[in-house]
Amino acid sequence: MARMTMIEAIRDAMDVKMTQDKRVVVFGEDVGYFGGVFRCTQGLQAKHGKERCFDAPINEGGIVGAAIGMATYGLRPCVEIQFADYVFPAYDQITQEAARMRFRSNGDFTCPLVIRMPTGGGIFGGQCHSQSPEACFTHVAGLKVVIPSNPYDAKGLLISAIEDDDPVIFLEPKRLYNGPFDGHHERKIVPWSQHEFGEVPEGHYNVPLGKAVVRRPGADVTVLAYGTMVHVALAAAQETGIDAEVIDIRTLLPLDLETIEASVAKTGRCVIVHEATQTSGFGAELMAVVQEACFYHLEAPMIRVAGYDAPYPYAQEWAYFPGPDRVGRALREVMEG
Amino acid sequence: MTQPGRPRLRVPEPPARPGQSPRFDHIPMSPAGAVGCPPIDVDPADTKPFAYQLIRILDDAGKAVGPWADYLGNVDADVLRRGLRDMMKTRFLDKRMLLAHRQGKTTNYAASTGEEAITCGFQRMLSPGDMNFPTYRQQGLLVASGYPLEKFMGLQFGNDLDPVEGKNLPPMISARDYGYFTISGNLATQYVQSVGWAMASAISGDDKVAAGWIGDGAAAEGDFHSALLYASVYRPPAVLNLINNQWAISSFVGIAGGHVPLACRAHGYGLASIRVDGNDFLAVMAAAKWAIARARQGHGAILIEWVTYRAAAHSTSDDPTVYRPKEEAAAWPLGDPIERLKQHLVAIGEWSDERHAQAQGEVEEEILGLQKLAESHGTMIGGGSAPLSAIFEKVYKDMPEHIRRQRQKAGI
Repeated sequence: MARMTMIEAIRDAMDVKMTQDKRVVVFGEDVGYFGGVFRCTQGLQAKHGKERCFDAPINEGGIVGAAIGMATYGLRPCVEIQFADYVFPAYDQITQEAARMRFRSNGDFTCPLVIRMPTGGGIFGGQCHSQSPEACFTHVAGLKVVIPSNPYDAKGLLISAIEDDDPVIFLEPKRLYNGPFDGHHERKIVPWSQHEFGEVPEGHYNVPLGKAVVRRPGADVTVLAYGTMVHVALAAAQETGIDAEVIDIRTLLPLDLETIEASVAKTGRCVIVHEATQTSGFGAELMAVVQEACFYHLEAPMIRVAGYDAPYPYAQEWAYFPGPDRVGRALREVMEG
Repeated sequence: MTQPGRPRLRVPEPPARPGQSPRFDHIPMSPAGAVGCPPIDVDPADTKPFAYQLIRILDDAGKAVGPWADYLGNVDADVLRRGLRDMMKTRFLDKRMLLAHRQGKTTNYAASTGEEAITCGFQRMLSPGDMNFPTYRQQGLLVASGYPLEKFMGLQFGNDLDPVEGKNLPPMISARDYGYFTISGNLATQYVQSVGWAMASAISGDDKVAAGWIGDGAAAEGDFHSALLYASVYRPPAVLNLINNQWAISSFVGIAGGHVPLACRAHGYGLASIRVDGNDFLAVMAAAKWAIARARQGHGAILIEWVTYRAAAHSTSDDPTVYRPKEEAAAWPLGDPIERLKQHLVAIGEWSDERHAQAQGEVEEEILGLQKLAESHGTMIGGGSAPLSAIFEKVYKDMPEHIRRQRQKAGI
């Protein structure tokens, strides 16, 4: 067992798979010699060679389009989009091509492909380095969408994603790269080396796709969260003293319906938390799913805590970021309801 | 001295609209045999002049002339007769599918009339394991590869012969074993995928060649430029085919920037390109042989602009008489690909009008027989017979819970 940051865990996952499986190739902007702007691919080119880890032109449509071609050939590309904010030139390739390859060819061609990208705010990245576009992908049949919240999961989920036979959007909360973040930006940063989930096994292991996990068992209210917001929700539960059951969804698509339904059926209350803007965000889907399955268990209206429906601001980051105070208020409100 | 002026928006117009005489003097042409044949490892920079010329082999008398004819060498007459038959078969298949559309048996079709030489000639030069990334107008590749056409018709008719079980819009079939990639319908996306596929071939130590296909209209898409960029940067074994048939639905090639030959677009990326008479079966074979050999032997990718004319409507939803002269197809200066190859075979004593008429009869009998077979499995008149359960299957490798629940609720 080693202590790793999320960056090191992600790099280790790619290293493990590139070592095991010659079909795995890694490329993207600044990904080769330099090792990526967040250093997630550092050393992979030196170890596995230039043909299996290389730099790509600043052309996201080309990165994903070429990767799709490779996947249909029989390779297993794992490509990096430098920031999730920059994925949109590749949106056509992802949603119209990768997602439908298996369906439209009726299994004649498949697209085992991972598209990694840093997501979310908390680093003063402004409107072009802070977005959380997960709902743009969860709306697309044929994709899988994964967001880890810690180094252990990041490695195990990324290995599973690379081994998966369908295209996977792998969103990496950039604020969690170097340590857990509970939203208290004014406090000293805790590194992953001091956190239990910073313990990452060496070698190969899987965290299965499509499985949520209960991070904090509780009796009074279910909190559905993923990525950075898992840590924010845990902080809010602790600070309010409310016995919240915090579920880390981990895979947004396909969603672990059973875990969510079982929890809300037990607690009868539900708060949904995400960084992305609220309207038509993934929280709307979660709310619908819970309402459909658990309406007669609900003792209060569900509440969403999400990014405001405005572009992500720069200087006002901490007023915009849905921190533990906002989540705590929602917990109290749902308990009163 | 230049007079002071002011900016004015230029909206390009085609040389002729309905009621006017067709004109093609804006398209750079070369006499048959006039263009040189460079070595297959030619430096991309040295291919620049080829973008302004037109590689042609068959002259007006049907004789094969010039350096590209020499490069192609002696082609067995059986191969040429097979090519002729493939083109005739493709044309008659198109005719039958258009008729089937009028009869309500299918809802969409895109004929390739006038463009058959490009697909039928190119396919002849590919090897097993190579992969085409076609658009919806390259059914000639399928015909020439020997694909069982009753399956293609099954897609048209929405019945159980369709290998994709009704999941894709006809004529966009998938035939991996025949080197025919599943067709998207979203234009240009597959061009860059073909380059990625070729990159994978190189990464894997293979020499399989990817053939991308695109039209003049879609060459305006960003993915076209991405493909050229990646093809130039990584030098994979890709042949990027650009069929310039002069029309993108109602927009003439000038709207896509075609006032400059489209082959020139390779120059900015340092990619080799050539421009070829797409209605000249021998020129197609020669250029395809040259380009595929170049790619396979590691000399890099290439863009080929095939100059042709879309004699058909864009699709069954289109009426070209609204926007272009009716006489334009007949006036196309590069003629008809079937007539030209026929003329050549007759000229070299390997064909005759009688044999042609006989072959036409055989082709029609074969296609009609296959159509009869395909229609016996149902057509779209009855709503098709594709299985409803296919809606939910192969969205993912394993059906996730939410789709399982939807299927259960639907009772399918």
